Amino acid sequence: MLKVLDTSHSTGPQETFVLNLGPQHPATHGVLRVKLTMDGEFITNAEIVCGYIHREHEKMGENRKWDQFLPNTSRIDYLSAMMYTHAYVAVVEKAAGIQVPRRAEYVRVLTSEMNRITSHLLWWGAFLIDLGGLTPMLYAFDDREMVLDLLEALTGARLTFCYYRFGGLCDDVTDDFLTGTRKFVKHFRPRLKIFRRLVTDNIIVRKRLEDLGHVPAEMCRKYGATGPMIRGAGVAYDVRRAEPYSVYPELEFDIPTQPAGDNMARYLVRMAEMEQSLRIIEQTLDKMPDGPFMAKVPRILRPPAGDYVFAVESARGRFEVRVVSSGKEIPHRVRLRSPCFCNLSVFEEACRGMLLADALALMGSIDLVIPDIDR
Amino acid sequence: MKAPFNEVISGFVSLLTGMGITLGQLFRPIVTVQYPHQTLTMPKRFRGHILLKKEPTTGKSTCVACDLCVKACPSDCILVEGEKKPGEKRKSVTLFELDYTKCSLCGACVEVCPVDALEYSRAYNLASTSKQEYKVMDLVKRLEDSKHP
Repeated sequence: MLKVLDTSHSTGPQETFVLNLGPQHPATHGVLRVKLTMDGEFITNAEIVCGYIHREHEKMGENRKWDQFLPNTSRIDYLSAMMYTHAYVAVVEKAAGIQVPRRAEYVRVLTSEMNRITSHLLWWGAFLIDLGGLTPMLYAFDDREMVLDLLEALTGARLTFCYYRFGGLCDDVTDDFLTGTRKFVKHFRPRLKIFRRLVTDNIIVRKRLEDLGHVPAEMCRKYGATGPMIRGAGVAYDVRRAEPYSVYPELEFDIPTQPAGDNMARYLVRMAEMEQSLRIIEQTLDKMPDGPFMAKVPRILRPPAGDYVFAVESARGRFEVRVVSSGKEIPHRVRLRSPCFCNLSVFEEACRGMLLADALALMGSIDLVIPDIDR
Repeated sequence: MKAPFNEVISGFVSLLTGMGITLGQLFRPIVTVQYPHQTLTMPKRFRGHILLKKEPTTGKSTCVACDLCVKACPSDCILVEGEKKPGEKRKSVTLFELDYTKCSLCGACVEVCPVDALEYSRAYNLASTSKQEYKVMDLVKRLEDSKHP
């Protein structure tokens, strides 16, 4: 029998309604749809509908040669393009047994950390726009431009760098780039102090972030949330330390953590990470060895059959590539484990009972890149 | 009674700090460029769409139509044809078409070229009213039309 909703007996507080957040909503920063069941201003349930920008990156990897997938790697998470390319080249190097020259490894770490800073700066600006403050974005982009200009002069592109190759880099670093990076590090430290005074200590920001959007460590573990999400819940998990790769073991840096697990904790972790990235950049500049930037690699790559996995710490968390080779010119399987997908799945549980405006702050603090969720 | 009063004071301090930083920023040099009146020069390594290089001595392309770039291209956007002219040792290019609507600017073709016949263009202001203009970019014709060596 058809059940007709009888509204005559319903009392106010029991009534719920469904609110669509997205797929074209400025707060979701892309095409993500969230079906929110609302009880007045409070969220009782959230259902995430993703897949609007699904591009079959995994399948694309399986129908082209190993090196032809390289341009795709910068387009999965376009904000941490360097780290993503690093993961893919490293897994293929592992499979094919290619030894990467030390200079190339140092340059990779250097450029990855610069990429991390640009990513966090963009997040910082966009997050504060979500919270209603437009000015900080202009400060963030001022500095972000500097790094992007440096990387553009080095790699030829501003976002989709595609700079690494199997066995090294596509071109060597220039002296202009190295001196420019030193100048940037000098310039950026005082800027971080300005950011702290302008935003972090601001009472409005504190009121909107502190004690809201709790994501405890157990919840992170349950959904596989990594990166600043789990570090903001007090767990010092960082792939650069947990599964050391490249030359990270030779470098000194701390893993910033915050025990609170709220929006502010994740905010502070990212701000501290930028400082740590600066430390890493300085060390790589000091230790940069001379030598070749590219190893000898056969023109046609046929890695021996097997199953290979490699993970890197991207700006948003653990990014893992798994490739299965059948000894042919084309990979048998390419699997991408993206951090944003796992980080987003926390949202459903974490936003229950929150006010809508606070849930948007929580979503901003997760730092989503939608193409990375859908892949 | 005391807490709201403290909040007003700390809020006021926050406001003044923010305004102070903004005021300081006012006296810093301008970082933006007044586009389109001013434009930036693209760096040397800038990856625009590809072009055939002009050989300074002959004024022609060095391309030998070996098809390596066609095979290296992940997006399948290059079409090359060549012919062996009488009296020449190698093939020379007669047709080099780029489908720029598919190109992802990865540079695989430039890197794989055995005779170094390709280069990146510095053009970034690309706009047209017809898609066809980018669907088929005739690079041989562009090379012949280009004035500078």
